Amino acid sequence: MNDAASKDKRRKLVDATMRRFGHSSYALIETLHTVQEAYGYLDDENLEYVSEALRVPLSKIYGVATFYHFFTLKPQGEHTAVLCTGTACYIKGVPAILSAIKENFGVEDGDTTEDNRLSMLTARCIGSCGLAPAMVLDGEIAGQVTPEIVVDRIGRMIHNDT
Amino acid sequence: MSSSVKIKTLTIDERQVGARENQTILEVARENGIKIPTLCYLKGLSPYGGCRMCIVEIAGSPKLLPSCMTTVEEGMVVSTNSDRIKKYRKNLLELYFSERNHVCSVCASNGYCELQSMAQKVEMSHVHFPYMYPHLDVDATHERYVLDHNRCIACTRCVRVCDEIEGAHTLDIKDRGIEVRIITDLDRPWGESETCTQCGKCVHVCPTGALIERGKSVGEMSKRKQLLPYLTKMREAHE
Amino acid sequence: MTPEEFKKIGEAHQKKRESFNYNINVCTAAACVSLQSEKVKEELIKQVKEQNKKDDCRVSGTGCLGLCASGPLITINKNKALYGGVKPEDAPEIVKNIAKKPVKRLQIPTDMPFFARQTKMALEHCGKTDPEVIGDYLAKEGYEALYNCLTTMEPNEVIDMMVKSGLRGRGGGGYPVGLKWSTVHKAVGFKKFVICNADEGDPGAFMDRSMLESDPHSIIEGMAIGAYAVGASHGYVYIRGEYPLAIKRLRAAIRQAERQNFLGKNICGTPFSFDVEIRLGAGAFVCGEETALIASIEGKRGTPRPRPPYPAQFGLWGHPTLINNVETFANISPIVRKGADYYASIGTERSKGTKVFALAGSINNTGLIEVPMGITLREIVFEIGGGIVGGKKFKAVQTGGPSGGCIPEEYLDMKVDYESLAQVGSIMGSGGMIVMDETSCMVDVAKYFMDFCRSESCGKCAPCRVGTAQMYNLLNLISQGKATMHDLALLEELCDVVRNTSLCGLGQTSANPVLSTIRFFRDEYLAHINDKKCPAGVCAIEHKEEAVL
Repeated sequence: MNDAASKDKRRKLVDATMRRFGHSSYALIETLHTVQEAYGYLDDENLEYVSEALRVPLSKIYGVATFYHFFTLKPQGEHTAVLCTGTACYIKGVPAILSAIKENFGVEDGDTTEDNRLSMLTARCIGSCGLAPAMVLDGEIAGQVTPEIVVDRIGRMIHNDT
Repeated sequence: MSSSVKIKTLTIDERQVGARENQTILEVARENGIKIPTLCYLKGLSPYGGCRMCIVEIAGSPKLLPSCMTTVEEGMVVSTNSDRIKKYRKNLLELYFSERNHVCSVCASNGYCELQSMAQKVEMSHVHFPYMYPHLDVDATHERYVLDHNRCIACTRCVRVCDEIEGAHTLDIKDRGIEVRIITDLDRPWGESETCTQCGKCVHVCPTGALIERGKSVGEMSKRKQLLPYLTKMREAHE
Repeated sequence: MTPEEFKKIGEAHQKKRESFNYNINVCTAAACVSLQSEKVKEELIKQVKEQNKKDDCRVSGTGCLGLCASGPLITINKNKALYGGVKPEDAPEIVKNIAKKPVKRLQIPTDMPFFARQTKMALEHCGKTDPEVIGDYLAKEGYEALYNCLTTMEPNEVIDMMVKSGLRGRGGGGYPVGLKWSTVHKAVGFKKFVICNADEGDPGAFMDRSMLESDPHSIIEGMAIGAYAVGASHGYVYIRGEYPLAIKRLRAAIRQAERQNFLGKNICGTPFSFDVEIRLGAGAFVCGEETALIASIEGKRGTPRPRPPYPAQFGLWGHPTLINNVETFANISPIVRKGADYYASIGTERSKGTKVFALAGSINNTGLIEVPMGITLREIVFEIGGGIVGGKKFKAVQTGGPSGGCIPEEYLDMKVDYESLAQVGSIMGSGGMIVMDETSCMVDVAKYFMDFCRSESCGKCAPCRVGTAQMYNLLNLISQGKATMHDLALLEELCDVVRNTSLCGLGQTSANPVLSTIRFFRDEYLAHINDKKCPAGVCAIEHKEEAVL
């Protein structure tokens, strides 16, 4: 599939969401969810497109997109590691895990490595407190992790797929 | 006014006053010459309820309520200036001053600033919370106006006037918490905005020196306070 | 559909279940899924096939079994066995021994206090039905409560029932449900809405997630009953975007309910119509506050507005709106089925019924529990929870998340209800309970929660926006051993200002973790300030050498 065609396909998903809400302005957040799902992040071009289609001012869209932590305005790396920072995880050793990740991969919350292999994020609580401390590695939950396990698993995640 | 409007009577600062049923405590107080300080409130714009300066005590409610957004009720007993409220207003103002870099001596709005005059009004003699001294930008890309984040108190009067009166909605607010900032369009330099009509209403409703005209020096930036009341009045006449 | 028809569907499902000698239920709620319970399930199915037991055994998914610490969990109906820590490679042995004695090394005693001490209302179907199959729900009297309300009760009678049950809002505030429903019922409006608040934001709480993953139909049924009582025709579930499994199950459940006409036009042949839509939250704790939640559904920044007016009068798009949280709605159909008097017979004088808690932290049996109100904290922590990990010393239990407080040992025998928790400076909250042992530093915990509030503050009102940042900075100074007693006094003053002048609950309660830790663990603060020491050894305090120059 060439670039233009895949762009089209993704745009169609965005259009479908807006249509489902009759292009009313309250579809904004649902539409942003779709944009992020389809494109990986909220880019200016899509924000302008949505602004036009839903007739929501640009600054208002930007205000909404930056208000919610789930949305990201930066492209993400090929792999993501989300560390839960909920209370149970925190008291069971989040600070040590954060510094281990920083030390080994050079990234902190919100960063992407220079080779674009890894994006590091934190979540306020993923609701897996029974497994604290917990992480989500490329969508898969890893429970009861230690700094050593985390470094090992992230290392394998970003190196083993080529 | 239609005859079906109900009238309510209430007590504000030990004075019996009458009010129409949909009026807010603040409106009624001002009609009766009772002064309640405000920062984010501006007649002619939708109320916001964010600055908390207009909080009042209502008998029977443990919570302090913003008078700009609390409607009157029959028999309500309101106190607008108790020692407790006075203390909190002073503290709130101190928090404002500690948040960004409000240095009056080098501000274009010195002498015309509502934050400054509010400090005098509530007799704030010093700020006993630590100053936070954030590093903030000044957007001077617009040919006529300057947006100085150092002086902004996030009252959103500019956002509301741009949306509700001018209809451009060039301005809004981004991020949240202590990180909130006024933005133009997709957070691009103001000078590059294609939606800004350059009307300047935002500048004239801004209570501080956050929005000023280009080229104004220390103490030169007085705001046209009558602009918004005039516009509102003229529009009402047209309806 | 007539009740006979949907009973038939339920019975057919029940029969099918019973036609197998052995029903193996594998927990497929998120905690077990993350420990690969799906693979365990696959392997079990494969083994049943390979060992030729297809007519004898049936493997199905089920909702949360509660004891998340020992996942993945499976139950077998016949010999009442509960297995924990099951790995895919255990499947052959489990299937092989199915008719014999249970596999000892995997077995968890079901008579342990964790199970024996619970009273299930909201969680009555969790772990007993397959959350993805509506027939399973119907087999457990599902949607009968809705049908009975619609056909035999007036909206007023439903509301009276809630009043009589004494049920209070389980989202944290504890507002009487009957009173709220009655206010929305009386509110004038040609359109009304029902919203289920599933934006479970407290760090350390996972009750709503588990309930939605384990028994989504009970929440839909509760919402429909609520809608009937208040006169609403449209509902929303505002759910965290971070809960993909719960979203998936809820979506499927809504579709099933629509197909069977428990949602949609003229439900069960009555004049009542109601539909439910899902709205995804996008990561903002403040959206748990009802006016912020409404702003978010309207597609705006989730900032709260002053109340009054309350959403009951002026809610979504200005229409009267009923907002309750997940657990509240999960309690509705059990109350209708079992009766208000039964519900009111459980609990204490002013806090009726049961409460779901999520146990986490330094406790052996982490997981999901439901207990009668009035149980003591000691019973929860040491009996049901199985005590502290590694035999360490108990220090505090944190309830209510960033709006709550840390409760020390001397209050462990306190009865858990709304009033008594408030008396010790905490709140019931939505039900997160984090147990902390001697290795936790209370200054650090207060700092953690203030960091949370600071980053979740919406920024609309000055006291919360600036105050939480100021308080965080002061706590940071204390934890680094750089603060003075003057800073502690400033911190306490800020707590008072922010609590009394903030716009919404987030700001008003943000000081609670600080105030409660100062109240009960003042000595730890003093140790950081005066002795430059962290008694628990958590905070990194740089020790300056005395005047080297």
